[in-house]
Formats: sequence, C-alpha cells, structure tokens
Amino acid sequence: MTTASGVSPELASLLVHHAIDRRNAAYAAALDERRFDDWPAFFTEDGQYKVQARENFDRGLPLALIALESRGMMKDRVYGITQTIYHGPYYTRHIISPAQVLAEDNGVVHAQAHYAVFRTRPGDASEVYNVGRYIDQWVEQGGVLLLRARTCVYDSEMVLNSLIYPV
Amino acid sequence: MNAPQTLSRWPSTGSSRVPFWAYTDAQLHQRELDRIFYGPHWCYVGLEVEIPKVGDYKLSWVGARQVIMVRDRIAPKDRGIDHGIRVVENRCAHRGVRFCQSAMDGQVGNARSFVCPYHQWTYKLNGDLAGLPFKDGVKDGECANGQVHGGMPADFDLSQHGLTKLRVAVLHGLVFATFSDQAEPIEQYFGPNVMPWLDRIFQRPEGAAKLKLLGYNRQRIPGNWKLMMENIKDPYHPGLLHTWFVTFGLWRADQKSRMVMDEHGRHAVMVSRRNDGGENKAVTEGVTSFKANMTLNDMRRLDVVPEPWWTIADPSQPGQSITPTVTMITLFPSVILQQQVNSLSTRHIVPRGEGEFDFVWTHFGFEDDTPEMTQRRLRQANLFGPAGFVSADDGEVIEFSQDGFRQWTSDGKDTGATLCELGGTGTEMTEHMVTETLIRSMYAYWKKVMAV
Repeated sequence: MTTASGVSPELASLLVHHAIDRRNAAYAAALDERRFDDWPAFFTEDGQYKVQARENFDRGLPLALIALESRGMMKDRVYGITQTIYHGPYYTRHIISPAQVLAEDNGVVHAQAHYAVFRTRPGDASEVYNVGRYIDQWVEQGGVLLLRARTCVYDSEMVLNSLIYPV
Repeated sequence: MNAPQTLSRWPSTGSSRVPFWAYTDAQLHQRELDRIFYGPHWCYVGLEVEIPKVGDYKLSWVGARQVIMVRDRIAPKDRGIDHGIRVVENRCAHRGVRFCQSAMDGQVGNARSFVCPYHQWTYKLNGDLAGLPFKDGVKDGECANGQVHGGMPADFDLSQHGLTKLRVAVLHGLVFATFSDQAEPIEQYFGPNVMPWLDRIFQRPEGAAKLKLLGYNRQRIPGNWKLMMENIKDPYHPGLLHTWFVTFGLWRADQKSRMVMDEHGRHAVMVSRRNDGGENKAVTEGVTSFKANMTLNDMRRLDVVPEPWWTIADPSQPGQSITPTVTMITLFPSVILQQQVNSLSTRHIVPRGEGEFDFVWTHFGFEDDTPEMTQRRLRQANLFGPAGFVSADDGEVIEFSQDGFRQWTSDGKDTGATLCELGGTGTEMTEHMVTETLIRSMYAYWKKVMAV
C-alpha cells in the first residue's frame, strides 16, 4: 500500500484495491483451512470484530451476534470454538468479492466487500450459511495491512441454528 | 408410522419418561397448536418499546399464525385504562392474503391503516374493516337510468368482516396475546409464585422501569419447540455442557438455587446466585468441561456489576431478602425471559412444524442505564444467542436430540422415551438445582392439556 511518488492516481488506486484483495484472500484461506489461531493476527492489537444482523445495523441498534474488542477477545473466541463450545463440526467456504475502497483518511482505508459463506457438515450437502458484506478499516503496520475494524453485516434473517467460527 | 394411535400410549403413569413421538409426530403437533398455542394460554408477541409511536407495527407470531402487533390511537375516554396495543392476525378477511409486510432498510413499520393490496380491503389499526372498493356496486356510465352493477349483498355487514382480533395483555412492557376467550387474566395466568420474579426485573419503587431496545438475534433450530422450554427448565446441564458457566461460577450445582413454578407446573423460574467459580471437587471432579486453568485474555468480557434491583424481599421467606444473580423464567408456551448477571433478553419460540422452531432473541436494557451499563449488557450478550459462548451449544444439542428421537422405536421398554428422573419422579419445587422437576412438571401439564 506504500504509494510510490510519481504513480498515477489510477495506478495508486489499483494497488490499494489489490493489496486489500490479497489480504481478504489470505483471511478466507485461514478460516476455510481451519487455521483459527492465525485469524486474530489479521487485526491490530485493539482491533474490533463484529458480526451483526443487518436489521440491527440498519436501525442503529447496537446488539451484535459476536462483538470482539481486541486481539485478546479474538483469542478467547478461538479458545471457545476449539475447546469449549460444543457443536457439530463443519467446513466453511468463503467467497469474497473484490474490495471497494470508500475513503482514505489519515492512513485508514475504509473499504467494503461482499461475502458468502457456505457450510458443509460431514456427511451432508453444502448450504448457504451466512451472506453479507464486510465493512472494514484497514491500516498499515510494519508493512502489512491489518484490520482496525471489521463489521460483518449479514443479510441472512435466520442463523442456521448456530454460528461458531468467524465469518 | 407416527399415527394418532400412538397418542394414547404414554408409556408410564408419571411424567418422568417422555416418549420420543411427543417430539416427532406431525398430527400431535397440530393438536399442540390448537390446544396450547391457540388455546387458553397467553403467547408472547413482543415488547411495547418496539412500537413507540401511534401506527408503529411489527410482525410477530402466535404459534404458526403470523400476527401484527400495532400501537393504536387511544380514545380520550379510555386514557389510563387502554394501553393502545392491538394484535390482529395478518390475514385478509376477504381472500386470506397475508398482506402486511415487514419494514426494511432500518425503518420501523408504520401505518395509518392496513390495506390488503389484492382488492384494497382497508382495516383500522384495531382490525375493524373500514371499507372496501365497489361495496355498493358500480354505476353503469352508459345507462341513463344509472343502473348499478354488482356490489356486496345488501346485508353485508362490515363489522362481521374484520381481521381476527386477539386479546392483548401488557405486563411490565411485555406484550402477550391469545386467540382464546378462556385464558384467565394475565397475572392469574402466571400465578403468585412466578409474578414476584417478573416484578423484580421490571418494577421499581418509583414505578415501572422503562425499557431500552438493544437489538435482535434470530436462529432457526431444527428441533421440536418443547426442547427449548426443557433446556431452560433443566438446571442439570448448564454446569456440565457449558464450560463458561462451570469454570467462572455463573451456574453450577454448588450454588444456592431455587426451582419455582406456578400451580400447574407450566411456568417456572430457575433462581440462583453465582459463586466465585474455581475448583470445588464435589462439582468439578470428572467434569470435562471444567477448565481449571482457563483464563481470559480480555477480562472485560466478564465485567459484572450488581444492580440494585437484584435484591428483593424473599417471596417465600418472610422477613428475609434474596439477591439472585440469575433468573431464567419460562413462560409457557412461547417465551423465556432471561436475566443472567447484566444480560437481559426475551427469547421467543416460534414453532415451525414438529421438527423445527425459530428462536428470536430481543435484548434490552433500561432507559436510565449509563453508557457503561449498556456496554456491559452488550459485552455479556456474547455469552448468549446463536453464537454465544454458552447458548450456541444449546441449539446444537437440541438439533442432535431431535436427530436421536427420529430414530425412535417402540419396544415396550421405554427406550423410545427420554428419561428425566434426576431428583426422583415428583413435581415439587426445590431449594437446589440437582433436579429435573421442572421438566417433569411441564410434561404433567402438557399430558393433561393434550389428553395423551
């Protein structure tokens, strides 16, 4: 994302979009390959992660399905999904659209991307699990783009029983 | 195979063995809808605070029938005696269209009147039919003598063709409705044992607490609706299934607890006071979900602050007070009211056939909460709901229960039945939680209502 001087605005924009897309691809791979311990590292130390129903988001109601306020809380969530929350295991498959950069200010890139997550349980067919958009704030730290905030606003009006792993 | 003849074969005299067909028989479920959800019981439909302005409405459910909860105008003569909340069935009296739609895009539904788009039959907010096009026919424009074509019969009476109106009761800001004329007044319906626990959450010395809506979570659980009632009448499982509860002492067998119910055994309150958690070999030894060394990386998740209203005069020990940290209230048949430390919610059960139900969580706080208290309630909400550290596994276990019931066989040895005999086979109230008495009590009532 380091913008080289002398780069045309069009090329600079392309580089930012491409950098975010690469991070989203890595994010999806970590989750879908079930490397959950890698997941908090996509965020800054005080990163915010929310999964929130669209009806709450649109009405300004603050309740979220999952609301994590630090990497520490994300690690606690990972401990929960791997050690304490009893659940039928499942594979996920994330399909993430190209990112759309909305604004850049003071080193924060505001972007969004659409996502669909499919669920496949052992012995069962794949099903559409959770569909929505990521509303993100990306910052660069140590040469890497990290999420300062990711809100997953999902359209799906019903969670198919439970939602265990991050989306 | 799940034929009605099975209905008469409840396998034993008591209610401590529940046959699997009670969860899997479609015809039996239709009888449940008729006798329970549409019978003389009050069903939860929502919170008054969800529809603050005149004309505001939301769609909800009583059993499998969709209803509209709406705030109507109050006639000046009825001020002080009419709460203004109406509940009508979402089904046009003309051709049966379920015409009213949910608001979208961040709006609360609001209507001046309800109009079915098919033939524009128009209803007042209270469900009365206000009018319909061509009721008196259409004049023939070609014809000099003004002949009228069509129209409804001369004796067509608007007052006989309104929407189905339900009886409505508003208790502490919770809205209940019933299709039945027979349901007793709401305080009587919940009864004197349960009412103090409802009062505790919502009544303040200065009057009724005003609620603040925090939002919704919705999940579709592939299990019979009664399994969710059982889950919240079952104090046995939380300290075993839920690591968070046993490890952090939010709910476990060594806590001071009380199992309360109404005289019919249909409603219940699990009352308990948390302890400090940690190791107590009597309840943690051999419990694989207990994690002695588990700590949180971010302790803000368990930032619990006691609230003044937690302490009340003990309803069953005159002269003493009681300060529970958790009350789980099951109001038969359709709602669970949760206070678990600072987290408050209603959980609405909407059955979808015998093998599935929707479970709608409405989290709330109080209007006078500080921003810190609101944040605390929201943080603790992460323990509950479809993704909750605690509640997600309840939904999962219910699904697997239903899967097991579908494999039922009637072998005459009760292996086609669940067994709930912790604490015996009786249906009494207890001062501890090592019991399944509340489940047995609900089924004793259910058996009677269902005549099985």
